[in-house]
Amino acid sequence: MSEVILRVRDVHKRYGALEVLKGVDLDVERGEVMCIIGPSGSGKSTLLRSLNHLETIDRGRVELSGELIGYRERGQTLVSLPEKELAAQRARIGMVFQSFNLFPHLTVLQNVVEAPVGVLGRPIAQAREDARRLLARVGLEHRTDAYPRQLSGGQQQRVAIARALAMDPEVVLFDEPTSALDPELVGEVLDVMKDLAEGGLTMVVVTHEIGFAREVGSSLLFMDGGVVVERGAPRAVLEDPQQERTRAFLSKVL
Amino acid sequence: MRDQPSATEIRVAHRLHAGWWVATALVAVLAAALLRSLLTNPNLQLDVVREYFFSAEILRGLARTLELTAIAMLAGIAIGVLTAVMRLSPVKLLSGIAGAYVWFFRGTPLLVQIIFWYNLSALFPELTLGIPFGGPTFQAWDTNVVVTPLMASLLALALNEGAYMAEIVRGGILSVDQGQQEAARALGMRGRRVMRRIILPQAMRVVVPPTGNQVISMLKSSALVSVTSMPELLYSAQLVYQRTFQTIPLLIVASLWYLVVTTLLSIGQFYVERRYARGSRNTLPPTPWQRLRALRVRGAAA
Repeated sequence: MSEVILRVRDVHKRYGALEVLKGVDLDVERGEVMCIIGPSGSGKSTLLRSLNHLETIDRGRVELSGELIGYRERGQTLVSLPEKELAAQRARIGMVFQSFNLFPHLTVLQNVVEAPVGVLGRPIAQAREDARRLLARVGLEHRTDAYPRQLSGGQQQRVAIARALAMDPEVVLFDEPTSALDPELVGEVLDVMKDLAEGGLTMVVVTHEIGFAREVGSSLLFMDGGVVVERGAPRAVLEDPQQERTRAFLSKVL
Repeated sequence: MRDQPSATEIRVAHRLHAGWWVATALVAVLAAALLRSLLTNPNLQLDVVREYFFSAEILRGLARTLELTAIAMLAGIAIGVLTAVMRLSPVKLLSGIAGAYVWFFRGTPLLVQIIFWYNLSALFPELTLGIPFGGPTFQAWDTNVVVTPLMASLLALALNEGAYMAEIVRGGILSVDQGQQEAARALGMRGRRVMRRIILPQAMRVVVPPTGNQVISMLKSSALVSVTSMPELLYSAQLVYQRTFQTIPLLIVASLWYLVVTTLLSIGQFYVERRYARGSRNTLPPTPWQRLRALRVRGAAA
């Protein structure tokens, strides 16, 4: 136990005059499901996107299994990695987006197979077999030949999850995975995520689904104003928040 | 269920628009009158049109026109894709060079560009390959030998086309949602692969219709290369009527050929568009054959 997969230290990020992240620390252990909640503009999505270097950071460090993400250390300064190494790191981190971002010109199966074949160089027959297995796991084995547009939002998000899993990632980042869904479709996506959590997948989930965080999360982070205000076991934070800001936020969403 | 008329009994009666019928009749009469005056005009010399339509000279010109259009268009598309990617590059020098290229070749008349390449030897009598800024020269050629009329024509048409295609492709790339780029990168794909496998295939849907326009435009603007004495379709027709003074019938011959090729290209465009519409629509537009079959089925049912 307690093998740290993701280690984040003192991460800062600013857009012009606006400081979005003001020094964030966190550790994600293998098999942990960390949920991040907070008001919009609190920096939680930016934090998530800096974990796989979709956002550059201005200070601090992000490590995946001990390896610095996005940068190379040269004395006291961090130098951006060349694209090739960056891509290799990103291939180890899965990501699921709020707006699914499936490739609309490819079928469901092709969406899942694209990166394992193109990036990892897996044989296509094996990749297809893996993809079918993953699609069955998210309950979509019967839609392999459909195009994303022909699917409901919930189905699209489940394909997106299968696409991320096809790379055998060490950790999967979920960026508000159910926020773009019609209310009646939220459940099917959360069910899949719960199943993955029980299967031991390491997950970092930015979410507004407090119920999911309470039931499935192994730890909970409340962010506001670019800092982590409170953290702990989900039940403890949700039922007995120590900070005034956390209380104010929870009173609005619960 | 109460007694309601079943769905098949309910009929929708569309309103008749008297004005449409009057306008249609008027236009039909005018068109018929115009057609009659044309077809009965002996100056049209339809027998001459028939005589030259399949003549060797005209067909050679047609082949030359098709050759120019195909090569210049393919080269133009290649230049256009490259230029579009350069223009969108974060490297200022690359995007600057691409922008300047588009600015120059779109901003000067094609005819001037053709004449310029044809007269390149007046500017550079000799073309050399070597290290620039006074380094050694490996090979040198006489410009007039390298830049033949065909080469000058192709250079001018392709470079001009590349500038237009660059803007079309750039528009296509920009039409693809930013999230596609992010999703591809998050999966560990690198720039070239993202462009080739994810962005460009989606951009095609936006790029194909204006490109079809460009091909048809190229077919006709290739006639401008007659200034380099290249006997393409129009110039071949001109060469004939300069001998025989049958100007109108030979212009008709050339025009009919342009129309035939344009028709074929439009059909091709329909199928290419249909190919790239996959995934962006729930149902693809029916092909003419499918439409015909649907019509026959409906006719049989009535």
